[in-house]
Amino acid sequence: MDVEKTNPVIVVKNLTARFGDNVVFEDVSFEVCKGEILVIVGASGCGKSTLLKIMIGLNKPFSGQILYQGMDITSVEEKELNLYRQNIGVLFQSGALFSSMTIKENIELPLQEYTDLDPVMIDTIIKMKLGMVNLAGYENYSPAELSGGMKKRAGIARAMALDPQVLFFDELSAGLDPVTAAELDDLIIKTNEALGTTMVIVTHELESIYKIAHRVLMLDKEAKGIVAEGKPQDLKKNATDPRVTSFFLRQKPVDPGEKRFYVK
Amino acid sequence: MTTTPAQKKCPEYYEIDAELEDLNLTLYLVGEFGLKNLTAFERDIRQEISRQKLNSVTIDFSKVCYLDSAAALALLQMEKDTNYQEIKFLLVNLSDESKGIFSVIHENALMQRSFRDLPDKDSFIRKIGQSSSDIAGDFAKFITFIGELIVAMAYMIRHPETLRGKDVFFYVQRAGVDGLPIVALIGALIGLIIAFMSYLQLKMIGANIYVPALVSFAMIKELGPIMTAILVAGRSGSSFAAEIGTMVVNEEVDALHTMGFDPIRFLAVPKVLATIIVVPILTVYADFFGIFGGMIIGVTSLDLTIKTYISQSIKSIQVFDIITSLIKAGVFAALIAAVGCQKGFQVRSGAQDVGKFTTSAVVTAIFLIVVTDSIFAIMFYYIK
Ligand SMILES: Nc1ncnc2c1ncn2[C@@H]1O[C@H](COP(=O)(O)OP(=O)(O)OP(=O)(O)O)[C@@H](O)[C@H]1O
Ligand SMILES: [Mg+2]
Repeated sequence: MDVEKTNPVIVVKNLTARFGDNVVFEDVSFEVCKGEILVIVGASGCGKSTLLKIMIGLNKPFSGQILYQGMDITSVEEKELNLYRQNIGVLFQSGALFSSMTIKENIELPLQEYTDLDPVMIDTIIKMKLGMVNLAGYENYSPAELSGGMKKRAGIARAMALDPQVLFFDELSAGLDPVTAAELDDLIIKTNEALGTTMVIVTHELESIYKIAHRVLMLDKEAKGIVAEGKPQDLKKNATDPRVTSFFLRQKPVDPGEKRFYVK
Repeated sequence: MTTTPAQKKCPEYYEIDAELEDLNLTLYLVGEFGLKNLTAFERDIRQEISRQKLNSVTIDFSKVCYLDSAAALALLQMEKDTNYQEIKFLLVNLSDESKGIFSVIHENALMQRSFRDLPDKDSFIRKIGQSSSDIAGDFAKFITFIGELIVAMAYMIRHPETLRGKDVFFYVQRAGVDGLPIVALIGALIGLIIAFMSYLQLKMIGANIYVPALVSFAMIKELGPIMTAILVAGRSGSSFAAEIGTMVVNEEVDALHTMGFDPIRFLAVPKVLATIIVVPILTVYADFFGIFGGMIIGVTSLDLTIKTYISQSIKSIQVFDIITSLIKAGVFAALIAAVGCQKGFQVRSGAQDVGKFTTSAVVTAIFLIVVTDSIFAIMFYYIK
């Protein structure tokens, strides 16, 4: 699919994040386009989770803006922020299902809160969502009774309950076996194609990046910002930046400052 | 058993053979070199080296059958030390495995200064100052939380349909119904103890008849509310803190935020409401059992009939006391639940935090209960 660059859903402008004196990234700007799957990559500790948390309105940046339909979500009132939140879905690393509720109640929650559907319709929607993530029949299980991969899928079902415009995923396939991870990738692609949902995904899995990403953003800790942007295949082919090639070729960059002991 | 190369006849000891030729020392290492014998072989090698003036030291690895990273590190440190003394230090005849072990040691890592120093151990005075200012900070946070809670409660009163009735019911069950047996038991025992103690004193002046009044007065005015509140703080305040704290750790609270739910309205309001409903009822229950406990003594030791005991008790009870006792119970309930929830939200990460704030929830709640009770005592005295 070709992404229409002209149609941004979310515009990130000159974003800076810091914890105390520790600047995580500085002056980061990019756009998330309608219907695309944007993958954010970068070494551990470069600020991907921090960026995501700001984008979903959970944390405030040090400076900069995030525009959604012309509204800067970093500075609006809680009330308007909640409007934004109803248009996005978030999948946390562990699924973050409410452990005191069943799977059904988890998905039911946003539907009850934000719609005036009757209970029968809500039930049917829940069944449909569970079918989409391949968990049909599990509505009365509690989260503790599901495996890690199932929890993630249930989390996706909950995140998709209100058919959000944008879905955010942190560490999409961390801690999952390759088969489950591949299933999750298929689910992402299918959802994106069928519903046109825009997705912002943080992941480390090279294979899944090639499979799902329309565009990749690479953050770097030293550069404190974006060091590369583009289609994954192009990045792999054309990149000259050692930080980029090392990620896509899975090699540790040679650090001239690092001396290892060696012996004849 | 199949033998891997490492296990191949590796002797469980080590030997160092020295050979000296014109100030050039060669040490042949034989056997196993690792964490287990590091101190010993390091001492031996250093002894060999320091025995006389040398030009070079050569360490021969050809007969080493086991080497671990700690042993390799020790050898590298000896290399540094000998280099200081301008003695050449050579490692020769290493197997590929040994070379591999040397290659995992990064010199930069050894020299790297810690990014952050541990905070200095504070002096006693400083600690006192710190914890006093922490208490002030905690109090400010608690007041802010109470404010948010009141806003959320007000919202709930204006939009009753947003209240999660199922949750309220659940906590009424947990904090109230499940707490009945222990409240009853403790209530009865306290009543019994007061009756017995006052009987011991009052019988000396022949004033046994006042025991029922004393028991019911003490239970209803002070002991019933305060004891019930302390029990609820231990049972429910702690569990609220632990529950919310665990939800914070599991990112469930973050998830609530991103779904546009106010965690206070969603998690704290049902708990606070349920506790406010339940504690006054539990208090009445405790009062009854306290009087019942006193009656056991009254009937068995004081030669009072059940009828006189009850009529004496009722005579001493005033409606005002019952009402104030219920008001107190309600305020204690709100404090316990609010403190429990607030401490839960203060958890940042990890199991340790959950434990810390759960404890703090109980301690703070009990402290606040006692302080509020004294304020009430004075206030009611003047109102009356
Ligand atoms: N709550 C916090 N307080 C202080 N510093 C933090 C906090 N959270 C993150 N950091 C710092 O911010 C930087 C970025 O962290 P972040 O979690 O965003 O990394 P990440 O790119 O998601 O890494 P990973 O791939 O390992 O998840 C790190 O240097 C970390 O030390
Ligand atoms: Mg992360």
